[in-house]
Amino acid sequence: MAMTARQRAKVSLYVQAGIFVVAIAALLLATDWKTISANVFNFGRIGPMFPGIFTAGLVNTLIYTALGFVLGLSGGLLLALMKLSSFPLYRWIATGYIEFFRGIPALLVFIAFGYGVPLAFGVQWPIFVVVMVSLGMVAAAYIAETLRAGLQAVPKGQLEAARSLGMPQWRAMVTIIIPQAFKIVLPPLTNEIILLTKDSSLIYVLGLTASQYELTKFGRDGISSLGAGLTPLLVAGAFYLVVTIPLSLLARKFESRSARTKR
Amino acid sequence: MNDVETTNPGGTQTVHAAGVSIKDLRKSYGSNEVLKGISLEVRPGEVVCLIGPSGSGKSTLLRCVNLLEQPNEGAIQVGGFEATDPDVDIDKMRRKVGMVFQQFNLFPHLDVLRNCTIAQTKVLKRSQGEADKIAQANLERVGLGHLAKRFPDQLSGGQQQRVAIARALSMNPELMLFDEPTSALDPETVGDVLAVMRKLAREGMTMLVVTHEMAFAREVADRVVFMDGGVVVEEGVAERVIGAPQQARTQEFLRRVLDPTHIEVAED
Repeated sequence: MAMTARQRAKVSLYVQAGIFVVAIAALLLATDWKTISANVFNFGRIGPMFPGIFTAGLVNTLIYTALGFVLGLSGGLLLALMKLSSFPLYRWIATGYIEFFRGIPALLVFIAFGYGVPLAFGVQWPIFVVVMVSLGMVAAAYIAETLRAGLQAVPKGQLEAARSLGMPQWRAMVTIIIPQAFKIVLPPLTNEIILLTKDSSLIYVLGLTASQYELTKFGRDGISSLGAGLTPLLVAGAFYLVVTIPLSLLARKFESRSARTKR
Repeated sequence: MNDVETTNPGGTQTVHAAGVSIKDLRKSYGSNEVLKGISLEVRPGEVVCLIGPSGSGKSTLLRCVNLLEQPNEGAIQVGGFEATDPDVDIDKMRRKVGMVFQQFNLFPHLDVLRNCTIAQTKVLKRSQGEADKIAQANLERVGLGHLAKRFPDQLSGGQQQRVAIARALSMNPELMLFDEPTSALDPETVGDVLAVMRKLAREGMTMLVVTHEMAFAREVADRVVFMDGGVVVEEGVAERVIGAPQQARTQEFLRRVLDPTHIEVAED
């Protein structure tokens, strides 16, 4: 019996869905549920994580992320402007910085500032400074590229109009170009905060006191102290989603808003 | 300084008008020479229209006057400023020179009033109150006082262009440059913009206008300059250049512009 193209497509979809369901079922059957429930879904023993996971874990994650973002945003703006500068030395420095910090793992940056700086200079920065500098310097490299694209997306006529009104270059950038560029890069910038939120977990390689624990460190601590297997990490993961999903929705809202106003 | 003070018949606006003097101006992009030695005088209070085919260099010439393009050779004087002097204070000079662009270039993140006050407060250091008053007066002048709180994307092209004119006027310029101000407009809004420009010309503003509106040039311009291939081919009073052109190239251009439906088959 011959099928039309539309019928064939429909059958193909059913087959795909069927394969998917069978694969999931096989996975569920193969799982050792007894071990899993004792080690991953053992929610009966995680009581001691509360309220610390809010008051220390979540709060510290948010603080570390915010510190990194503030430095990353200001550094990123500076690097973006350097990259667009007509002065070659500035462009080279910015390019070198961006390639370097985008090219190495963030973990190495944390180790460098957490352990390398005390070794090299004999100074021990407070932990929040180490986090701010490590997260911020990596973030600056990524944010710089985002902002550069945003600055270049502002039509050339805007700068010409501002300059022809007698504004010096810096004034035109500050008053006319940068505000428009920020509006353009709001969605990718929000995604940048999501990445930063997750990268703040890398702080676990440093020695922290309990009051400095952020979500991941808090979860790892729970693994060793609560006897609930990996369950505390599952809880920590859920808390990340509490932060990142609203941000993701926010980014999508910015995106649809800018799509609406664009002509 | 070759400023003069002229008062329009109504006596409400006083314009300090500046002249422009261009000598042997040359401008190249790489090996492509777009201006091949242009000399042009615009007296204070005079309205000069630049006409010519696209690619003739008229926009580039206009943009050289306020240094949006850097000339390679030659001299430009604007009011009391030597524009081509490397030590000239460009920003100070540009305050005297209003510019109106083909694409309006209003600032989309600011409302109409703020578009007209931002440079007043940031560049001329006027107080917000004073700037608002001047901006509002100039918006009334272009007939858009009631739209002060709108944003640019809520206006028609013709309205945006009139706001752009009000924005430039709010800096009290002594010279206005218009770069094809009606070329991007819907036909029905062209008239409003031309009316504002006509009014400005009557008030004694010095104006250098790149335009394809031959009727406007003929009516408003004191002089018309026809450019082609980076040189001035013909210039003189509007009536003569547009009404009775002497040069073959001018005649050819005007025939095409004034009668675009007339189709000629090239014979090669």
